Amino acid sequence: MEIPYTVEARPDTGLYNAKVGIWLFLASEVMLFGALFSSYILLRVNMPEGYWPHGWLNIPVGTVNTLVLITSSITTVMAWAACKMNQFGRFKFFHACTLLLAMTFVGIKSYEYHDKFTHFELRLADGKIADGHLHEKSPDFDLSKKTGHLVLAHAHVVDIVGKSGDELKKELNKIYDLRSEDAREVKHEELKFDAAQITKMERYGPWHHTYLAIYFTLTGLHALHVIGGAIVIGYLWGPGSKMWQRNSEQFANRIEVSGLFWHFVDLVWIFLFPVLYLL
Amino acid sequence: MQSTTQTVSHPVAHAEHHEEGNFWSKYIFSTDHKIIGIQYGFTALCFLFFGFCLMLLMRWQIAHPGKPVPLVGPLLESMLGEGMAAKGIVSPDLYNAFGAMHGTIMVFLAIVPLAFAAFGNYLVPLQIGAPDMAFPRVNMASYQCYVLGGVVMFFSFFIPGGAAQAGWTSYPPLAVAVPTDGQTFWLIGMVLLITSSLLGAVNFIATVIQMRAPGMTWMRLPFFVWAQFVTAFLLLLAFPPLEAAGIMQLMDKVAHTSFFLPTGLAVGGNLAQISGGGSPLLWQHLFWFLAHPEVYVLILPAMGIVSEIIANNTRKPLWGYKSLVYSILTIGFLSFIVWAHHMYLTGMGTRIATFFQTTTMIISIQSVIILTCMFISLWGGSIRFNTPMLFVMAFLPMFGIGGLTGLPLGFSYSDLHLHDTYYVIAHFHYIVAPGTIFALFAGVYFWFPKMTGRMMNEFWGKVHFWSSLIFMNLIFQPMFGQGMAGMLRRMADGGANYSTAKTPDAIGGLSAQLMGMHTYILWAAVGLGLSQIPFIINVFWSMRHGKIPESDNPWQSTTLEWQTPTPPPHGNFATVPQVHRGPYEYSVPGAAADFTPQNAPA
Repeated sequence: MEIPYTVEARPDTGLYNAKVGIWLFLASEVMLFGALFSSYILLRVNMPEGYWPHGWLNIPVGTVNTLVLITSSITTVMAWAACKMNQFGRFKFFHACTLLLAMTFVGIKSYEYHDKFTHFELRLADGKIADGHLHEKSPDFDLSKKTGHLVLAHAHVVDIVGKSGDELKKELNKIYDLRSEDAREVKHEELKFDAAQITKMERYGPWHHTYLAIYFTLTGLHALHVIGGAIVIGYLWGPGSKMWQRNSEQFANRIEVSGLFWHFVDLVWIFLFPVLYLL
Repeated sequence: MQSTTQTVSHPVAHAEHHEEGNFWSKYIFSTDHKIIGIQYGFTALCFLFFGFCLMLLMRWQIAHPGKPVPLVGPLLESMLGEGMAAKGIVSPDLYNAFGAMHGTIMVFLAIVPLAFAAFGNYLVPLQIGAPDMAFPRVNMASYQCYVLGGVVMFFSFFIPGGAAQAGWTSYPPLAVAVPTDGQTFWLIGMVLLITSSLLGAVNFIATVIQMRAPGMTWMRLPFFVWAQFVTAFLLLLAFPPLEAAGIMQLMDKVAHTSFFLPTGLAVGGNLAQISGGGSPLLWQHLFWFLAHPEVYVLILPAMGIVSEIIANNTRKPLWGYKSLVYSILTIGFLSFIVWAHHMYLTGMGTRIATFFQTTTMIISIQSVIILTCMFISLWGGSIRFNTPMLFVMAFLPMFGIGGLTGLPLGFSYSDLHLHDTYYVIAHFHYIVAPGTIFALFAGVYFWFPKMTGRMMNEFWGKVHFWSSLIFMNLIFQPMFGQGMAGMLRRMADGGANYSTAKTPDAIGGLSAQLMGMHTYILWAAVGLGLSQIPFIINVFWSMRHGKIPESDNPWQSTTLEWQTPTPPPHGNFATVPQVHRGPYEYSVPGAAADFTPQNAPA
């Protein structure tokens, strides 16, 4: 039994099966990410004024990652064009670049994640809030037993106790709006805290703030797409490329279809970058 | 799995049609759309039965709150533990778990897989003249994801704390706050089921677009194919938002985020240790954005089955084929913009309510067109009342009752009174139970000879039909009354706390008569269960001993699935069929027979 139109296009639709399939799949992906973007909008609109963060992410790092992904899209097209022009060596080269760029993206992304997971907010016994990256912890540090101490690097303390109106906003800005004048005036230094001083300490994980929740969910899901796409492209670059000898046209189709997916993943990031980093 | 193989391995003259291969590759890891269709069908029927049993336990608990369940009580206690079913009594927690899982199982594991995946898989490639689905291996993966999702759902009953308890709608904060892992299992199961239907939907659409036989133009497609095509689009585009919502609820549950948890949420009297800032309404929007199109996923394939059987048994062309096609396309589009009519009581505002009320009324027009076309198709026909046709004839008025009782729920004003009462239960069960399930029974009786090469027994089919019809109505008709009198759904004691027996002076208390209906409904449900015995025996008995039809086309049908050998071999058609005409050329004046197959030479 032979399934028709697996390689050559059906005359009246002008498409081979897998191309129809990948476009349909991408349509459902649009709905998936669309729902998450809608959730982002609704959660942001719902947030009381002053509590939605700005500037929590590093824009230069994000820009580099954006360029990395865009470049990988270009090499993907070049790889497909090389297949079409019957230049297998060129294909190998360009898709090797794609794979390296994909790995670079994931590497930079994990650096950003690491930065968030070493970032702490401490609630102090006197009601103040300390914020900074964990530098060192004494060996006997235990929050529940109130023993030991820790040191935050690049840290500062904010005092919102009893404040309201503009005064409160000024203090909140130091945490939530890092692009504001108030935040820029803050002096960062190395600070030491005894465990007895601390009532609660929390990493900048998804549980810390709804912004971080949607940030980790969106970028995490996107990163899974990048990794999945890289595995498929890696397979087609490595063991899967044996098909080139047998049926170069079908192989070029595979590169095209996986390339369409890769462009979509790139496109999602093009939306993610402004929404999460810039706005 | 063991039993799946039984249904397909015994039928006559089956094995020699299939390609060589061992048992596993032939029946378990098959890529043949017909085997996958039967796998889906058998698994889904098992879940249908399981979901029905959960309902029987719930009906017992409603009618006799706090009394041990007869027969299976000790079994429940030993399997689910004393916390859930001490002395064989269904605890309120267990009742909630049964309620949530009855809905989930019936919708996502029984009806959709049966109506869409089983019938669609078996019939769509045959009806369009294709050798198989466009992506046979994706098809197999779709079934495997479905089984995996089903296993996760099923085993969640046996974890400590039991299965999900927050209703099939899983509204947060309740769903997140219930202190068991059942909800986590539910979410993981749903992600697998969504993946399964996503793979299936891509495959169906690609198959219909790419694999139609020469001459099979869009307006020559049998209406069943159109129904499956639109259904596939609904699944493709409506399910991902629920997947997104599921991922977010999973994050709330596992990573302690606050997507759906508002600031200041108190659980058990204590302030929850969460960051807050989330929105419970967001879940409802995302959930119903799937779940309203899902309603049409439940009914459209049924309409497809009904239209095929009507045309065949009235021996007339389907009346208004084009109207049917355009109606179903419009339903598909409109079903994406009616979702918030499930949310009138959330306080989202009268303007938004008015918008969704308007679209809801507009979408009912197409349903009426479809039903009217089917009724007119009967007009002047010389109708053959065989078992499939009986089920179809019952479908029409039953779906009518279900549809018309939906109108008061679509208007925000009357919905304020009826919301969350037994009236809602009666309404949508009339659509799904004597509606969709009757159409599915009709489909089983109708296509059984094609799948197995033997006819099902007519007499026991009629016993099955008449008893099911009577008991279905006895179950659901009283619920309209209970609901209009204000009896709420989802109460583990069936409303005993609000009865006049308990507090005689209460205004609007539930009368003894209303409470007494619970007992009648329980026995009607038991009766419905017993009426399925003839069906189950009929299926298994007919597989080996049923009458062998005299030809490959025992119903004398026009569509392509009947123009194949019986059962169709792997690859379906010996030569690629050439299609010359539309799907319903019955009783054409001057023709040699009262039916002209689509592929008969012009």
